[in-house]
Amino acid sequence: MIKAGLSALLSHWRRNPLQLFTLIAGLALATALWSGVQAVNSEARASYDAAAATLGEGQYDQLLPVTGETISQETFVALRRAGWLVGPVVEGRVGPLAAQIRLVGIDPLTAPGGLGPLGNGGGMGLAQFLQDQPVFANAQTAARLEGLIDAPVVIEPTIAPDTAITDISVAQRLLNANGTFNRLILARHQPLNRVPLGQIAPELTRRAAQAGSDVARLTDSFHLNLTAFGLLSFAVGIFIVHGAIGLAFEQRRAMVRTLRALGMPLRMLVVLLAGELLVLALIGGVVGVCLGYLVAASLLPDVAATLKGLYGAQVSGTLQLRPTWWLSGLAISVLGTAVAATGALISVARMPLLASAQPRAWAIARGKARHVQMATSLGLLSIAGILALVGDGLIMGFGLLACLLIGAALALPLLIEGILRLAGARAHSVTAQWFWADTRQQLPGLSLALMALLLAMAANVGVSTMVSSFRLTFTGFLDQRLAAELYINTQSTEQARAMEAFVQDQTTEILPRLTVEIELSGLPAELNGARIGPTYSDNWSLLASSPKVWERVATGEAVLINEQLARRAEIWVGDELAIPQGQLLPIAGVFGDYGNPIGQTIISEAMFRALHPEVQATRFGLRTDDPVALTRALMQDFGLAAEGITNQEQIKAFSLGVFERTFTVTAALNILTLSVAGFAIFMSLLTLAGMRVPQLAPAWALGMTRRRLGQLELIRAVVLAVLTAALALPLGLGLAWVLLAVVNVEAFGWRLPMYLFPRDYAVLGLFALGAAVLAAAWPARRLAQTPPAELLKVFANER
Amino acid sequence: MLLTVNALKKSYSGAEGPVDVLRGIDMQVAAGDTLALTGESGSGKSTLLHLIGGLDTADSGSITLNDQEISSLDDAGRAMIRRKRVGIIFQQFNLIPSLDVMANIAFQARLAGVFDTKSANELADALGLGAQLKKFPDQLSGGQQQRVAIARALAAKPQLILADEPTGNLDETTASEVMAQMLALVAQTGAALVMVTHSPQLAGQMSRCLHLRQGLLA
Repeated sequence: MIKAGLSALLSHWRRNPLQLFTLIAGLALATALWSGVQAVNSEARASYDAAAATLGEGQYDQLLPVTGETISQETFVALRRAGWLVGPVVEGRVGPLAAQIRLVGIDPLTAPGGLGPLGNGGGMGLAQFLQDQPVFANAQTAARLEGLIDAPVVIEPTIAPDTAITDISVAQRLLNANGTFNRLILARHQPLNRVPLGQIAPELTRRAAQAGSDVARLTDSFHLNLTAFGLLSFAVGIFIVHGAIGLAFEQRRAMVRTLRALGMPLRMLVVLLAGELLVLALIGGVVGVCLGYLVAASLLPDVAATLKGLYGAQVSGTLQLRPTWWLSGLAISVLGTAVAATGALISVARMPLLASAQPRAWAIARGKARHVQMATSLGLLSIAGILALVGDGLIMGFGLLACLLIGAALALPLLIEGILRLAGARAHSVTAQWFWADTRQQLPGLSLALMALLLAMAANVGVSTMVSSFRLTFTGFLDQRLAAELYINTQSTEQARAMEAFVQDQTTEILPRLTVEIELSGLPAELNGARIGPTYSDNWSLLASSPKVWERVATGEAVLINEQLARRAEIWVGDELAIPQGQLLPIAGVFGDYGNPIGQTIISEAMFRALHPEVQATRFGLRTDDPVALTRALMQDFGLAAEGITNQEQIKAFSLGVFERTFTVTAALNILTLSVAGFAIFMSLLTLAGMRVPQLAPAWALGMTRRRLGQLELIRAVVLAVLTAALALPLGLGLAWVLLAVVNVEAFGWRLPMYLFPRDYAVLGLFALGAAVLAAAWPARRLAQTPPAELLKVFANER
Repeated sequence: MLLTVNALKKSYSGAEGPVDVLRGIDMQVAAGDTLALTGESGSGKSTLLHLIGGLDTADSGSITLNDQEISSLDDAGRAMIRRKRVGIIFQQFNLIPSLDVMANIAFQARLAGVFDTKSANELADALGLGAQLKKFPDQLSGGQQQRVAIARALAAKPQLILADEPTGNLDETTASEVMAQMLALVAQTGAALVMVTHSPQLAGQMSRCLHLRQGLLA
């Protein structure tokens, strides 16, 4: 019985290969976009984890210099003698500026267990390591190190990309850092009777181990946005699948009834249908995972460049096939099919064996379904509105997104029907009246494809608005933060003092970077001392401020805080902040700080020096009218190394270059999502074309030419696409607002201002129209060329 | 007795309240009997046929087929009856459009686990379908499609054949041919036949005739 039932069910696909193709292609595309994005994310996260695992980031507490970037060998020795179990780390960069490699030196004798390639079981013994003094790197980095350093390079696949690890003495030699370290890693278990840190090394501060690495937290925003895009693309694909499954079930309604009439039990029939869908889902999933791999492989180099440029995160540019990734791809395909098919399976299970016995019941049920759809849509949109007003938390943010998108998608067919009804009522010519009425009749068959188009376009508008707003905000932020023409990094406080004296007459302002890590309002934060001058007051735009903000900060009457601290501690302009030594100062302003995970406070330089006299600046921003001459003077007359001077123009050009790479990724995803929606319309129109003949035959018999009918089919697709695009724009802007003002704030503590880009939206609208015309062209041509004999069959009752 | 129907009642909910379609039917059919059910549209003929075939459930009363009470069976039980005991021939043919003629003929027999190629081929030949076995339903005329439906019902070797206006969609000549072939084949198998028809001429070819009027046997 199972074999006979299956042969009947599967014979439908043999006779309708186009429908089978639609279903599998829809599933494959949905899975491809989702798993492609997931592959990129998992590759990046694996790279962060590799870096964290290799270097001990996040696993161990660390001692860092309060000021500057170096710790002397004497301090390290003093700590060891006082009982502290610390291991030194020195790190720096080697190679050309555009392709630098992070070189990390560790001491294998004092490094905590499991740290570095030795602890990872890299296959080399300690004695051999000390004797050969090799540099460990993965294969790609090792190839780039050849000829760059005079030390043997050993390939170790677990090392993070663009990173090399070696013995501390080798690193010190290669980095010209003899006698100094950058940080000390603390073993987990320390002796109880050791001398307090403040007595031995007051210039060091202890940073606690974190659950994840800094890089992972910094890049979460980027990955979250990619995931949101992947999810939306997946939803668009699932609409195609839903449409294909719904159509297949609708067309097999008579077959299902016959099978039951001939004695196949309902339960077995439902199980066979579910089994058939499972097989199709797995086939679509396999194809999708393969396509996803290609999508990820093509996107990854740009994503890697973006992450490296924006956050300094090293991500491997090559993709690995991780079992969790392709298994989750198959799972999402099956899950998507289950979601798309549940309604159809339930309708089969509830379908009366004798449909003709209850025609009125079916008509009532159809009417009820419309009302349910309208009520669900209104309910979801109302919930979205309420969540936007009173909701709180990241889950709420995503709930708001889901309610908004699903509610709008459900409302689309009803809104379009209302518009078509209105147009029909205003039409005068008989052709126009027929056209609007016929378009309304086609709407149920096209509504899922139109919903897919709506979501795709809204995703495009939303994500491109968010990314473009991010770019505008970030470039503005760079202008604020990189106002100085030159940035100087000195080797010591003595060199810093000498440099300040040297440039005194050649600069309009000298901006020292004075910073110390502290706790504010119970949260980890940075306290910065600023030499307030025209650079700050002219360039920094604040999110909120009180009158005479800069004067008040300069005179030590008030402080500035960043948005992260303001939102996390729930404080704002006018509130007071307790800074170290118990002083309470009013908050005069809040500044935007994009990409930084922790809170920041700015006080005047004088107040900072009073609070932390031990901290001396080694990094400076210099304002000058002639940066070229000043650079030359610093190098030739003062003797500063070229690596210590960074030109503002170079940094900005580099940052903008990074954004272009970001846009490459977003643009690729935009095009892919829109292509999927175009495909959905194409397949829907093609499927409907086969069912259109009985509807068009009377119009043809009454005097309309086949060519005219074909033209009207094309116009119909354009009209529906225009209506959908018009409704997608406000939805996309709503999506952007939720991402920028709700999800971002809840996830990362800062809110991005939203800008509008009308030209981009117009271009997107044209693309959508183009996709609709392309999708409708072939089905319309097929209809225009329908043989008269086929049309006549309608009247002969032989179809 | 092959089929016994007692005090069978059935109503449907209509736009203006419940409509009593069958208001207490009693009838019997013996093995090898051929019975015509006639009556005006809406008199309950098709409903009675559907209840006997286990396609629908009665409000009250009983239907016993070969000593098995079928009105109390669940969906799976009634499906088993349709599969193994009853062959149904519909006015609209209800062939499976994606299966070819041979697969359609074989279908119910395969569900019932009684299919054999030889008898299926003999049935096809007897109904003049020998040259059409590889064709699909949409490539056949109405008369050919109904012949396939008859072959499908007979191939499963049922004890009772239910035919709901089997020639209602066919022209007069074709209807006569199809009817003659069906009656001859039913007689060969020894099955009983209950047929709904509007045609007094077709009803006259059956061994008995029952007339329904407003849900009751006249």
